[in-house]
Amino acid sequence: MKKKAVKSGIEFIELKLYVAGQTPKSLAALANLKKICHEHLEGRYTLHVIDLVKTPQLAQGDQILAIPTLVRNLPVPIRKIIGDLSDLERVLVGLNLVHTETGSSK
Amino acid sequence: MATLKTRRGGHSPMPPQLEKARVGIAGFDEITNGGVPKGRPTIICGGPGCGKTMFAVEFLVRGAMQFGEPGVLMTFEETAAEMTKNVASLGFDLKDLSARKKLMMDYVRIEPSEIQETGSYDLEGLFIRLQYAVDSIGAKRVVLDTLEAVFSGFSNQGLLRAEIRRLFRWLKDRGLTTVVTAERGEGALTRYGLEEYVSDCVIFLDHRVEQQVSTRRMRVIKYRGSSHGVDEYPFLIDDQGFSVLPSTSIGLDHPVSSQRISSGVKELDDMLEGKGYFRGSSVMVSGTAGSGKSSLAAHFANQTCIDGKRCLHVAFEESPAQTLRNMRSIGIDLAPHVKKGLLRMEAWRPTQSGLEMHLLRIHKLVEQFNPRAVIVDPITNLVTGDTHEVHAMLMRLLDFLKTKQISAFFTALTEGGAAMERTEVQVSSLIDTWMLVRDVELNGERNRCLYVLKSRGMANSNQVREFVMTRSGIRLLPVYVGSGTVLTGSARLSQQAREKAAETARLQEAKEKSKILETKRKILEAKVAALRAEFADEEDRFAQSVKRDEQKERSLARDVAEMASLRGSKAPSKGQGA
Repeated sequence: MKKKAVKSGIEFIELKLYVAGQTPKSLAALANLKKICHEHLEGRYTLHVIDLVKTPQLAQGDQILAIPTLVRNLPVPIRKIIGDLSDLERVLVGLNLVHTETGSSK
Repeated sequence: MATLKTRRGGHSPMPPQLEKARVGIAGFDEITNGGVPKGRPTIICGGPGCGKTMFAVEFLVRGAMQFGEPGVLMTFEETAAEMTKNVASLGFDLKDLSARKKLMMDYVRIEPSEIQETGSYDLEGLFIRLQYAVDSIGAKRVVLDTLEAVFSGFSNQGLLRAEIRRLFRWLKDRGLTTVVTAERGEGALTRYGLEEYVSDCVIFLDHRVEQQVSTRRMRVIKYRGSSHGVDEYPFLIDDQGFSVLPSTSIGLDHPVSSQRISSGVKELDDMLEGKGYFRGSSVMVSGTAGSGKSSLAAHFANQTCIDGKRCLHVAFEESPAQTLRNMRSIGIDLAPHVKKGLLRMEAWRPTQSGLEMHLLRIHKLVEQFNPRAVIVDPITNLVTGDTHEVHAMLMRLLDFLKTKQISAFFTALTEGGAAMERTEVQVSSLIDTWMLVRDVELNGERNRCLYVLKSRGMANSNQVREFVMTRSGIRLLPVYVGSGTVLTGSARLSQQAREKAAETARLQEAKEKSKILETKRKILEAKVAALRAEFADEEDRFAQSVKRDEQKERSLARDVAEMASLRGSKAPSKGQGA
């Protein structure tokens, strides 16, 4: 899979952000995520925001425990990043996106 | 609500008692006086494999099936499918319960490698899932197995602890009776110190191996707001779930009966006031090897079944088949009773499990089968080490049986010699009727004697009877006492023969004597007859001679008169004569 990514350079990332209502953490996470997506994943991501207060039954599917949680379903393996995503480096590492000097991403 | 009078003469309501939620596990609700605290969390902690999850699941299953309280099972270590499979061996069908909306399972998977922490977070997801599960079936009970898994997934300890505290507050606010399982820690009760947050009720499960035998024990370490049994209670897990054995130290106020039941041996009943044992009493027969104790037990079982009552026969030495065969040789056929369901024979080796397991098994059998009599043959096999423990266990067993008015019949093996009247386990003080079978060796023969050592509440015979096993059962023969010694066996027979011969001889002699007397009498009578005859003869002669004399005189007088007439016409007077 990794090979594939290197070769093509284009990989599609499917993201789901689980929040619980309009709590400060949730809002912060959403804001941070939007920023990251805009800067690093332009054009090759989908993002779903799932509010568990409205749809609690969806928490079981992705095994959500902490809020907020960002789940990267694609590409596999599934990665989960919990927290308000304020630590950029960690988010990128977590999403397997390494920030290179040239600005391009693998 | 009950009220109590205050001194001022008014009434004030009693303080609200702690409400409890029944668990439905045999014995557990007794120990805790009602179950776990309702609407509060309880911790079950213990080492690996000690049964925490089983307990928690049984709590939910019984809650749903017996007490109408649906439950949520949040499992952090096993999937729903695995859990279902695990508890199937206890006889619980989780799938069915789920389908009927009585149980909801949620497997929470925490995979540390998947998780990356970036910034602050909380565990609201857990709350949301729990809320959803509780709402969807209207659950009243919750099990978290095991909450400690969150500690492995998330590194922020401070946050975790805060969230856990929040969780228990959340559960309490909603009045959900919760059971949480926790791993035992080194030096602390639980590895992660969950007992800080769950301090209402803490139960500890222990799985110990002593002398190669494993025992499971449970202890209520803490129960806030309620009295509870404080000892360690043994329990076992089998195909019907958990069973805990409460050490019902009921005290000594069990009901007693004056009814009497036969022992199955008529002569033995005769020794016991002619009526037999008291119903609900404890009977023990002790003796050396092969002295016939099991046979006496079989007689009692037979009698109980003939009376139409159920009997439970627990054997620690012989298999049921062997017992049946052996008893047939003395004319006791127990097979029909077994077939009819009146006699239940259970046998297992005492080394198979710990003492409490034996007690528990007997408990369960008695509860299930509800017999009128219980036979344990022998109890001395249970001495695997600590006689004090065995004594305690037997005392509990006897207490239990007495409360239910079940007659108990124990056999005990003793070594011969001076220690005859002292059993290894020293239970004689617990026994109401104690019989001893003793061997008497005389003239190269061993014969058995039985006597009743004690029998509370009745005037038992103090005789020693010879104990014989015949083809038609056990017989107790009166022992021969000849010239001041006790004789049994062939000595008795020979003595009997001798006495019989002496009697015959005496009779003969008497006969002879009377014959002689008879002869003598006859002789005497003959003599008397002869004398009489002689006398009669003499009488006759005398009479005859008197007659002759008279005749002579008459004829003389005639002659004189004639002469006178011839001589003259006058009769001469007697003075003138010629």
